[in-house]
Amino acid sequence: MSFITGVGLTSYGKHEGSSSLDLMSKAAEMAIADAGLKRSEIDGILCGYSTVSPHIMLATVFAEHFGIRPSYAHAVQVGGATGLAMTMLAQHLVDAGIVKHVLVVGGENRLTGQSRDASIQALAQVGHPDYEVTLGPTIPAYYGLVASRYMHEYGVTQEDLAEFAVLMRAHALTHPGAQFHEAITVADVMASKPVAMPLKLLDCCPVSDGGAAFVISRERTGSAGVRVRAAAQAHTHQHVTAMPALSELGAEISIAKAKAASGLDISDVRYAAVYDSFTITLAMLLEDLGLAKRGEAAAKVRAGYFGREGEMPLNTHGGLLSYGHCGVGGAMAHLVETHLQMTDRAGSRQVRDASIALLHGDGGVLSSHVSMFLERVR
Amino acid sequence: MSGQRADWTKGGEVIVYQSCDTCGKTQYFHRSFCAACGAPDPVEKPASGAGIVYATSLVCRAATPETRAHVPYNIVLIDTPEGFRMMAHGDNDLAIGDNVTARYQQFAGKLIPYFEKVK
Repeated sequence: MSFITGVGLTSYGKHEGSSSLDLMSKAAEMAIADAGLKRSEIDGILCGYSTVSPHIMLATVFAEHFGIRPSYAHAVQVGGATGLAMTMLAQHLVDAGIVKHVLVVGGENRLTGQSRDASIQALAQVGHPDYEVTLGPTIPAYYGLVASRYMHEYGVTQEDLAEFAVLMRAHALTHPGAQFHEAITVADVMASKPVAMPLKLLDCCPVSDGGAAFVISRERTGSAGVRVRAAAQAHTHQHVTAMPALSELGAEISIAKAKAASGLDISDVRYAAVYDSFTITLAMLLEDLGLAKRGEAAAKVRAGYFGREGEMPLNTHGGLLSYGHCGVGGAMAHLVETHLQMTDRAGSRQVRDASIALLHGDGGVLSSHVSMFLERVR
Repeated sequence: MSGQRADWTKGGEVIVYQSCDTCGKTQYFHRSFCAACGAPDPVEKPASGAGIVYATSLVCRAATPETRAHVPYNIVLIDTPEGFRMMAHGDNDLAIGDNVTARYQQFAGKLIPYFEKVK
């Protein structure tokens, strides 16, 4: 058994003067306190990466900085899927008895630590150095390519995609830590500046500063029990040029494996936390995971299905699109919010029932996928 | 054949792909082995330059001064009759399914393949 015993999350946006280590430390402090543990009880550390402060041994850099001497520590790099991949690994580490309490941490001053162009340029390097990067693509362009094809095959429109941006913004309005606090409409998304068509500015997540952390433990440390029921990965390619057909993407593979490992089905899920780097990412993943039929996710957004009061509340903190995206910490915020919902601590955002949650992360260009089921144990 | 032909990534006006004699698969990213079956020394072949548009994205916001001078530019994925998919540039009005053919042009100081619609 493995439990998520504590979570920590900073606000996302500008943290002028904070380093990546500062933001990681802040989130880690909160997560350890939330678990009711002392630093000295943390015997494992998994951390992500920082594009602002790259290091070949970030986990030990962090451990020294934070003041922990763990018996297990290293970094993990799977792009946007890193947070859930670390959680999956932590689950296995505690299940195997290697460590008792793993601190999973990510944080980066991606917004104020470097120029926005530098961020965009650094991320574009996930492309093939010879066959893709030479052509001047950006991350939005890689996803713009996928979007054009998905829209072509399934009759999805730009207005459909805009619905996801509007939904995430509506959710962010209820979270004081979110980067954005102004409501937007479909018309606002449609009128926003073109970035990499069909994606416009409001179809894209922002660049943020922020940090997130959790503690994964062999036994629960308090009364609230949030158990990792099962997780599974799939990695079909790295570069968009080598991506398989839309019907063969990794999300469908990882969710099938996670369902088999957990014995759960989509009909059991009460809360969803799905990676949303771009509106197209969210639309596709919802449909790949089976949370909506092909081409029908936007209609479900319009019907209120994914709202806080809806049948399947989704990313109630505002997601990457509106809570913000600070790299590895970005999608970790989805898990923090899920944990708050599952332990009835989400305040004004609290949903009726989050007893079983489905989380999904995507790294690269729909390259790496992690699907995970969390379950509340009374 | 271990040496790589001078394709567009090395400044030559040609698209080169590899074909495996053992399993018959083709691949676009150059390797010293077939990624499908692992057999060594796939055969390098020049592509016809023909293709069909699989996906497009018109880049309006570029990240470097060199590429910014070119916006907007259309990044395209092209499916070739030889059986591989490649990324390139193309006319801004290309649509998915269009039949296209390659020419070559300079972009940010390098030679790149550029696809235009077959008239």
